[in-house]
Amino acid sequence: MSSEDETIVRYNASERINHWIVAITFFLAALSGLALFHPSLFFLTDLFGGGPWTRILHPWTGIVMVVAFALMARWMWRDNYLNESDRRWLFQIWDVIGNREERLPPVGRYNAGQKVLFWVLVVSLALLLLTGLVIWYAYFALLFPLWLRQAAAVIHALAAFVLVEGIIVHIYASIWVKGSIHAMVSGKVTPAWARQHHPEWYREISTGKA
Amino acid sequence: MPLQSLDIAARSATTLPSPNIRRTEEVAKLIDISKCIGCKACQAACMEWNDLRDDVGFNFGSYQNPADLTPASWTLMRFYEVEPAGQLEWLIRKDGCMHCADPGCLEACPSPGAIVKYSNGIVDFVEENCIGCGYCVTGCPFNIPRISQKDNKAYKCTLCSDRVAVGLEPACIKACPTQALVFGTKRAMREHAAERVAELQERGFKNAGIYDPEGVNGTHVIYVLQHADQPELYELPNNPTVSPLVKLWKGIAKPLAMLALGASVLVGFLHYVDVGPNEVKGEKKTDDQKEKH
Repeated sequence: MSSEDETIVRYNASERINHWIVAITFFLAALSGLALFHPSLFFLTDLFGGGPWTRILHPWTGIVMVVAFALMARWMWRDNYLNESDRRWLFQIWDVIGNREERLPPVGRYNAGQKVLFWVLVVSLALLLLTGLVIWYAYFALLFPLWLRQAAAVIHALAAFVLVEGIIVHIYASIWVKGSIHAMVSGKVTPAWARQHHPEWYREISTGKA
Repeated sequence: MPLQSLDIAARSATTLPSPNIRRTEEVAKLIDISKCIGCKACQAACMEWNDLRDDVGFNFGSYQNPADLTPASWTLMRFYEVEPAGQLEWLIRKDGCMHCADPGCLEACPSPGAIVKYSNGIVDFVEENCIGCGYCVTGCPFNIPRISQKDNKAYKCTLCSDRVAVGLEPACIKACPTQALVFGTKRAMREHAAERVAELQERGFKNAGIYDPEGVNGTHVIYVLQHADQPELYELPNNPTVSPLVKLWKGIAKPLAMLALGASVLVGFLHYVDVGPNEVKGEKKTDDQKEKH
């Protein structure tokens, strides 16, 4: 694919920067969180300047991520409503996995997998924020009863697990579907890319609807 | 602090066992509440031996001072005025770390070696390795650890591990004028406690008994209670255990989540190997055509 073919803007500069702030803070929060989750990953604290610094930085990276994601959700949530054809898309998940894209119902700006991921992120980040505040000892934890702190610690770990799994799928999908990473770096895609992966969206933008 | 003269039996956030070829006698502190006169010599001795000077607090209408355990007050006389059988009783309990055989703090701690359990049963915080996350507070069934606002480290009673390591009794034991506090092997303390319980029962305390809770596999600080059937009179949990939530979070969840995350990455890679990249089909043709020209 050559750059003169890339005529469609999929993400503008502020959307791309927004996405990458979320991505970077996700990695900081996830690596520092995993370091404290399992002893075999405690060595990751070295990336943050040792155990105490990891403990100090983790909540702040999480908060920046939640805020950046909230800004991103503000512009993308409308495109992530699940509809009837998304339901069919999800039922045909084996065609998705088997790379038989032509059999799938026409996809809009986001496919059902992307939409589900979006809502998984909304829910897991909301849970991470709330439970994270409850177990943040430097400021808030002692305001809450012990049972709530214990429950919050478990829910925090569970929500983080779901989030990390979601992001593993997200990153893999972007590696698998060629052109996706480029779309989030340069912002542009080719008409052929849009036609194949998001035909409904392509139809909308080419008829001037979007 | 870690003491080379004491063997470490368990270490926080460590997946493999510590060296454990030697056998050590387990120790225990016995607190006989029926003999305690509330003089606070133990509190003063604890401050003196450990070089702790807590901030001057406030009087809230009780002899209890400070109001609660703090990072600089590792033991505290708690005063209770209760009427268990319609008769006023003034119960005084020396509070502090129970040195559980199954310590919830150690289980919850994410920092390798920040909490250790010695082979003699003492549970000790190694502040040098402490990251200040507060998980030990979440894990403790007795609400003992305190995080300092000054250095964000967790503190609690060490059972004077530094004294015990060189054959001395803890400072509080040495200071107690009524022998309400006794220190020795766990076995000897259980025997002594049983004698005391028999005496108390003879004197009419029908429900006198030993507090050495099974739920945490026993403790290395044990109580003789006049009302062992109602430990809550002394603000002691009836059947303390490491919370099932903490067990879930720090037990099975850890290996399962690690396995699942690793498996997901592997499945992704194998999928790529299986079906190959998802490329734009039309574009390939154009590229081929370009090459032909």
